[in-house]
Amino acid sequence: MIEQNLSLLLVAIPLLAAPIVATLPRGKLPWLFTLSVSWVCLGLAIWQLWLVTDGRIISYELGGWAPPWGIEYRIDAVNAFVALIVAGIAAVALPYALRSVEQEIPLQQTPLFYTAFLLCLTGLLGITLTGDVFNLFVFLEISSLSSYALISMGRQRRALTAAYQYLIMGTIGATFLLIGIGLIYAETGSLNMMDLSVRLPATFEHRTIHTAFAFIVVGVGLKLAMFPLHVWLPNAYTYAPSVISVFLSATATKVAVYVMLRMVFTVFSGSFTQDTPTGNMFMVLGIGGVLVASVYAVYQRDAKRLLAYSSVAQVGYMVLGIAFGTALGLTATLVHMFNHALMKGALFMAIGALVYRLGSSQIDAFNGLGRQMPWTFAALFIAGLSLIGVPGTAGFISKWYLVLAALEKSNWIAAIVILAGSLFAVIYMWKLVEALFFRSAPQSDAAVKEAPLSLLVPMWLLVVANLYFGFNTQLTVGIAQTAVNILRALPQ
Amino acid sequence: MWTSDLPPFIPFFVAALLVLVTGGWLRGAIMVLTPVVGGLHLWYDVSPGITYTWNMLDYQLIPMRSDRLSLLFGYLFHIAALLAIVFALQVRDTTQSVASMLYAGAALGAVFAGDLITLFVFWELLAITSVFLIWARRTEKALNAGFRYLIFQVTSGMLLLAGALVQIQQTGSLAFEFIGLQGVSGWLIFLAFGIKCAFPFLHNWLTDAYPEATPTGAVFLSAFTTKVAVYALARGFPGTEILVYIGTVMTCFPIFFAVIENDLRRVLAYSMINQVGFMVCGVGIGTALALNGAVAHAFNDVIFKGLLFMAMGAVLYRVGNTNGSDLGGLYKTMPKTAMLCIVGASSISAFPLFSGFVSKSMVMSAMIEQGHDVLWLALLFASAGVFHHAGIKIPYFAFFAHDSGIRTQEAPLNMLVAMSIAAALCIFIGSQPQYLYALLPWQVDYWPFDATHVLTQLQLLFFSALAFVWLNKQGLYPPELHSVNLDAEWVYRKPLPAMARLAYRSATQMGNNLDSISKTGLKWLGNSLKRAPLSGYHLASSWPTGSMVLWIAVILGAYLLVDVLMM
Repeated sequence: MIEQNLSLLLVAIPLLAAPIVATLPRGKLPWLFTLSVSWVCLGLAIWQLWLVTDGRIISYELGGWAPPWGIEYRIDAVNAFVALIVAGIAAVALPYALRSVEQEIPLQQTPLFYTAFLLCLTGLLGITLTGDVFNLFVFLEISSLSSYALISMGRQRRALTAAYQYLIMGTIGATFLLIGIGLIYAETGSLNMMDLSVRLPATFEHRTIHTAFAFIVVGVGLKLAMFPLHVWLPNAYTYAPSVISVFLSATATKVAVYVMLRMVFTVFSGSFTQDTPTGNMFMVLGIGGVLVASVYAVYQRDAKRLLAYSSVAQVGYMVLGIAFGTALGLTATLVHMFNHALMKGALFMAIGALVYRLGSSQIDAFNGLGRQMPWTFAALFIAGLSLIGVPGTAGFISKWYLVLAALEKSNWIAAIVILAGSLFAVIYMWKLVEALFFRSAPQSDAAVKEAPLSLLVPMWLLVVANLYFGFNTQLTVGIAQTAVNILRALPQ
Repeated sequence: MWTSDLPPFIPFFVAALLVLVTGGWLRGAIMVLTPVVGGLHLWYDVSPGITYTWNMLDYQLIPMRSDRLSLLFGYLFHIAALLAIVFALQVRDTTQSVASMLYAGAALGAVFAGDLITLFVFWELLAITSVFLIWARRTEKALNAGFRYLIFQVTSGMLLLAGALVQIQQTGSLAFEFIGLQGVSGWLIFLAFGIKCAFPFLHNWLTDAYPEATPTGAVFLSAFTTKVAVYALARGFPGTEILVYIGTVMTCFPIFFAVIENDLRRVLAYSMINQVGFMVCGVGIGTALALNGAVAHAFNDVIFKGLLFMAMGAVLYRVGNTNGSDLGGLYKTMPKTAMLCIVGASSISAFPLFSGFVSKSMVMSAMIEQGHDVLWLALLFASAGVFHHAGIKIPYFAFFAHDSGIRTQEAPLNMLVAMSIAAALCIFIGSQPQYLYALLPWQVDYWPFDATHVLTQLQLLFFSALAFVWLNKQGLYPPELHSVNLDAEWVYRKPLPAMARLAYRSATQMGNNLDSISKTGLKWLGNSLKRAPLSGYHLASSWPTGSMVLWIAVILGAYLLVDVLMM
């Protein structure tokens, strides 16, 4: 019974839980309820992934309406993998949320905060699981609207402006996506992804379809913060509450990358894409993103903003993987989606712990804290090594595949850019390490205590995962390869 | 007790963990026992031809591959680690103790690595662990020098990784065997090895960072990094002609810098480049005799250079600086250190019956056998120079010369023990070289003590000693002064940044020009555009909705345009 409805439950449980949380009394109860919901989701996501790892595909007809008329949830290794990232990060971020939210969000708003969090989770899971492009747009709006609300709850008043900016830009992106979907619908009369992949090839010569594709690629490109459409991201991540920075940085852009993969390879196809400038655009913008965002990151004075720019650079790597379009390149993109969620999650958690103790995320304020908060510093250090791509960490695995993919295509420039990006990462992570460990703390201040255990445990969970997935690549690379086969094997 | 395919770095890494959680005498015991037990294990249980493979990422990694070459370096690094650890026993600094164990382990990992990826992993680990031995000095200077050191080392690692990736792409093989200078991968890897080996113009990290390390850290540093690079060259590029010339330059140019340098530990750093030059020459010649000479010289160099660094470390530990101009007359209070330092100096100068002689003469003989007469003369000049700057200058200015009036104490017992062991090894290998020769990887019949060799070397030494005495008496010898000597790092510090600034300025200028052109061009569009000049659409500006909308329009427009053209 549960297994049959697994995919629906993953979306329905957080959706139904959201209004319930809104009615709960203030205090720890909303948190506890959200926590249990997210853990249930994680369990279901693991179950679902386990069902599809061998390449099987689950098709679920919503309300018993057969596709292409009804909405279909279609689960294969690709979206089960992304759903696991989303549910997993939510499950790890929530234990961290308790203390962090208590400090950053006014008490009367906490039920609403957790409601918005659950809606955001619903939206992100819905995007990954649905097999219907319009339904995808709806879930994209659910996740976006709730994340605007979440970002606006940041402690500084600038969070409001940041959220407002994100709202405008995100809406433009979503509108572009909707325009594209509308054009496709006008041409084919279908919204189901599998149905579209059968019907679209007949219309590939039409200019309308090319225009639709252009709108979709640019619109989704904005949502995934592809350079130079990334400008909403630094402010949003900088001023959001700490736990939201953790959650969004680890999941939101990854889900958008997934949408891009789905649109490019499943709805349209690899061969159609080759007739459009998509590959070249991704190559140029990916390279530009890695270089420019890395340089911007080096010059930031705010740790969260530094990490945000680093995220833009990392998205550049994923875009490069799509640009190669080869099995190796897509594997690199998928693996990096997973690994980047781990490392950025851990890094934002470490910065969040510093913010929890200091109330500021300015790098200058961190001077000498490494000795007073050794566990937080060590977590930041190891996650930073992973971001750089030092062997033995998860980051190395994804860089490795990406460079191999670049060399396979004899694309020397991309290979050099990827390695140069690592060098930039050394420099900007060094800024944090230098402030935390090598500068001496101002004498007058009272000693700062280590972060509380409820912040440290989730942080270290992600740090250990960074190390574990640097050695055991069975889960990440194995599933990514299955997923890539599915993406590339669909009707051409 | 252990399986013979246990990679030798593992005991050191485990010990590093134990060091982290223990303290006091227990920590000391663990640190001393690790190289002893590990070395005995390597000596008795591990024979050539053992490999251990490990599958990862669809590739077969080989963290353990033993043959006569890697085993020789394995023994050497265990000896070096033991000496340095004993020398550092009085240090109460967890960072240094852990870093030094990891560093020694990484060096062992690198020489037993059977594939390029494993090599790369340990190559980077060498850099990351060793830099803490520099930072542990905890001075502003050491911090900056350490960071520069790290940049060089990480660049070397990046080049190695890039080379390895190209190699895989082209040949499908990861094996770390003969590489040679064919193609891009060969050159990339060659350059990576070259940086770690301190090739001319890539050598600044060494002379910059080693003198800034802690007294004990420098002993560790002198033993491992460059020798791993020599090992890697000997395996990957034996017989590569260009190495002969590079090596010769390396032997000669540091002499000039070393003679005028005041900081005696920096003199030793220059002297290290000079000694590595002999090894690089040997690798470049590539005959069995030359290669044996190169690795044997690496073996001896670790011990006598270690001894000299230990002696200077002891001085630094007791006096607080190692400037030739501030020292002098220390033999009165540190007689044992002075004696041991002289043994090291004699070895590095290649006095017959000291260890430097038995290995350096192999390289020299191979050089003349291959008909490189001019280069042989250059090496001869370099040998004389070594005697000057390392053999005479170090002990003379530190322990004798004018009495500086410093009255201090003899070095601590553990330092004396470590130095005595090293000195004993220098004399033992120098007088009984057959034991070292038996370990050498290639089969060669060679005996250094024939009349020609001994006489040539003695003449060389006595005449250069004469030159030193004469120059000193005449007051012509460069005096020991507090000064900063410019080396090739000047290129990195002045012209390169200047060029970067120039490029940046011209780019900005060009940008401004373009900006003004576009502005004048847009003037006719009316005042509305004037109020929002294009420069406002900067990608890093904080409140950028306008910029974003502009960009999305630009990208969509460009995309559609190209798409239409492609259709």
